[in-house]
Amino acid sequence: MKAHAQTHIYDSGVHREFLVFSLGDEEYAIDILKVQEIRGYENVTRIANAPDFIKGVSNLRGLIVPIIDLRIKFQLADATYDKQTVVVVTNIGKRVVGVVVDRVSDVLTLSEEQISAAPDFSVGLPLAYLDGLGNLDKRMLVLVNIERLLSSEELALVDKVGG
Amino acid sequence: MELSDFYDSFFEEADELLEDMEKHLLELDLNEPDSEQLNAIFRAAHSIKGGAGAFGFTVLQETTHLLENLLDYARHGQLVLRRDIIDVFLESKDILSAQIHAYRSGVEPDADAFARVSDALKTLAEQEVDGSDATTDKHSAKAIDLARSAEQDPLVSAAATVQENANDAPLQRISKTLQRIARRALGQSDTPQLSAQTQEADVLTRLSVNFLSVPETDRQLLLEELAHLGTVVSSNGDDSKFEVLLDSTEEADAIEAVMCFIIEAEQLEIRPLDAPLSVAHQAPQSGAAAPTNTTPKRAQQAASKAVKSKDDTQAASIRVSVDKVDQIINLVGELIIAQSMLDQTAENLQISGKGELVSGLSQLQRTARDLQESVMSIRMLPMDFVFSRYPRLVRDLAAKLGKEIELVTEGKSTELDKGLIESIIDPLTHLVRNSLDHGIETPDVREAAGKARTGRLSLSARHMGGSILIEVADDGGGLNREKLLAKARSNGLDVSDEMSNDEVWQLIFAPGFSTAEVVSDVSGRGVGMDVVKRNIQSLGGYVEILSTPGQGTTTRVVLPLTLAILDGMSLRVGEEMFVLPLSAVAELVQPTEADLFTMAGGDVLLKVRDEYLPVLALHEVMNVPGARTRMTDAIALIVYYDESSYALLVDEPVGQQQVVVKNLETNYRRVPGVSAATILGDGRVALILDPVGLHRFAHAKGKNRISHKATQSQDYREVLPS
Repeated sequence: MKAHAQTHIYDSGVHREFLVFSLGDEEYAIDILKVQEIRGYENVTRIANAPDFIKGVSNLRGLIVPIIDLRIKFQLADATYDKQTVVVVTNIGKRVVGVVVDRVSDVLTLSEEQISAAPDFSVGLPLAYLDGLGNLDKRMLVLVNIERLLSSEELALVDKVGG
Repeated sequence: MELSDFYDSFFEEADELLEDMEKHLLELDLNEPDSEQLNAIFRAAHSIKGGAGAFGFTVLQETTHLLENLLDYARHGQLVLRRDIIDVFLESKDILSAQIHAYRSGVEPDADAFARVSDALKTLAEQEVDGSDATTDKHSAKAIDLARSAEQDPLVSAAATVQENANDAPLQRISKTLQRIARRALGQSDTPQLSAQTQEADVLTRLSVNFLSVPETDRQLLLEELAHLGTVVSSNGDDSKFEVLLDSTEEADAIEAVMCFIIEAEQLEIRPLDAPLSVAHQAPQSGAAAPTNTTPKRAQQAASKAVKSKDDTQAASIRVSVDKVDQIINLVGELIIAQSMLDQTAENLQISGKGELVSGLSQLQRTARDLQESVMSIRMLPMDFVFSRYPRLVRDLAAKLGKEIELVTEGKSTELDKGLIESIIDPLTHLVRNSLDHGIETPDVREAAGKARTGRLSLSARHMGGSILIEVADDGGGLNREKLLAKARSNGLDVSDEMSNDEVWQLIFAPGFSTAEVVSDVSGRGVGMDVVKRNIQSLGGYVEILSTPGQGTTTRVVLPLTLAILDGMSLRVGEEMFVLPLSAVAELVQPTEADLFTMAGGDVLLKVRDEYLPVLALHEVMNVPGARTRMTDAIALIVYYDESSYALLVDEPVGQQQVVVKNLETNYRRVPGVSAATILGDGRVALILDPVGLHRFAHAKGKNRISHKATQSQDYREVLPS
């Protein structure tokens, strides 16, 4: 049992809300409190010489926000862009980052009992960025720790301090 | 709010007070000291002492106490100020600054410095203060105050009378001032037989402290603070009025000073409920000599209501965090973009009544532009912010170098963007030091040259079109052409005797270049002018040097008014748009086959008149698809910037425009070759190219590698706006 994932966010008996979205065939969920808004995928200015999963930057009411595509980074699904493609704008700490997803489905409340530790096998994203699995009737939601993921060195969204 | 928030505002205020103090100390005319200035200096020390005591910063409190005593003697004419005494005061101010800094970073201040400064101040008090018992703290000052208080007593009743009739604002202000004076006189004569120390220690007064319109959370903090100042007897009330009864040995003034870190003076009422509780009861109660007796209680109460008159003068401005201002600037930028998008949409509409829409939109546009201008002006600070730090520097350096120097400043009120102001301090300080060290000669040399012994250093700032012109001018010896040329040769630079004076002066901007005969700790190490130049260029400005042998040197710094807006040239490459700072672009050229030369290794040079410039294709550096790959189809922008000069190939220059500079690193990371981003009229993001970074990045990429030889002759070229 990997308890660490649960101890740090989920207090006993607390219900938390998650935004559920899909990347390919899998359903993922992130803490709704980290979500600032959801908008369409448009007007993304490419940044030269950046890794391919960084789609570029976009203008969010005067703020320059990087847009990343996790589907490319973790080879989760074909990166297609259509009318349903949306950008989940997340607010982590002091940074705002847009994450491209295939579709946003709904907002769900999960109780502690509905969350189990992440399994020791691949569910798409590396285990280090998962908070656990959410069980909801027949659906399985992969709970992503978006803050840890977006601040990771693997994504290199931030200049390394002192590097 | 947390207690540490009040610490911050105390530190901020203390810093400002110290700066004020320094300014007044430097301006003080020693022959005829202005009593207003002496009072201002005293008040600054007094306020810091009060705050330091309240927050428990003992060392700071003790230092200011010693300083305050001396200043008190000075303003009462018992201490005759001399230059060396001012020096001690200035040094004390520096140590106070250091102490505040130490407390701010949560460490105890340097004990040695404290010992040194308190010794110096005590020695001053012993040796310089006029009057036999001057060393025993404030006794003699008290005695004088006492003598005065007899005359001041009528003020008390006068103040009360004025207060009753004071319905209009100016009268009220006068009455408050009167009350303050009256109260001072009273406070000092309450317990004539006691020294200042014991008086503070023993007189316990019950005070009624009222908070008006203070929310619950702040009240809690205030109560905690009051508990430090005395014993809270009772407290009750609601948001609109909350009364606390406090037994305290502190004066109402001191309590108010502490409370005012949390709330406004207007939100506070402090009045003593009855006569002092302990010692004062035993104080003489009868006899004309005891002023306590002649005090109408009403006047005392009215007097303690008096709001610090200092606040009246401060009401004209408010302190706002830069973040808030930047947010407004951001929003206004957005508004302008939205407005221009609307404009474009309206242009293409085919409807009736379009005329009204268009005229409404053009009005919106005007208002939006005005709004933008007003908002940008909030970020502007006067140059005094920079200039005010030089009197001290000049004074200290002149003394160290044995020179006599008069500093003249002009255009102190000229305003400049806050970001620029902060970035200009270091380069400007360097220029001032240079002028003092190398420019202005020693008095003897000056006299021999037929000049006044006192050298003159002038700093000026003024607006010039959309730029600001800052000049540092000295009437010293000027630059020495031969020495510069010789030095350049010994440094292996390519120079000739035919170079014009202007070109020779530019040599001092070369890295590692110093002609100072003796390397002093002031300047002359040869690090400096190149850094100055680079700093100023990174701010979008440039430096010029004008020099006449024997008559002096003038360094001119030209800067844009703001960093938030950039004059840019927008470029198209393939489907992508970029912006290049206009100041970097010297000219546009359509390359022809005859002017292009391919070098070994694939580098291409473009011949522009007599120069061969390396060619850098933007689409290659930035990997832009669909761009024109034939060089002769493209347009070459001739870029001169700092030490980079090259021809930048783009598909098409689109136009010149002012763009709002947006930081990329707020949410993302630094991008090579790019300095920032902006938002175009259609709402899309465009990257702003960094001319030097682009060059370096292209170099690193190994594409269009540039031969050093081609750039060397350009090393000292000034970047002038075309």
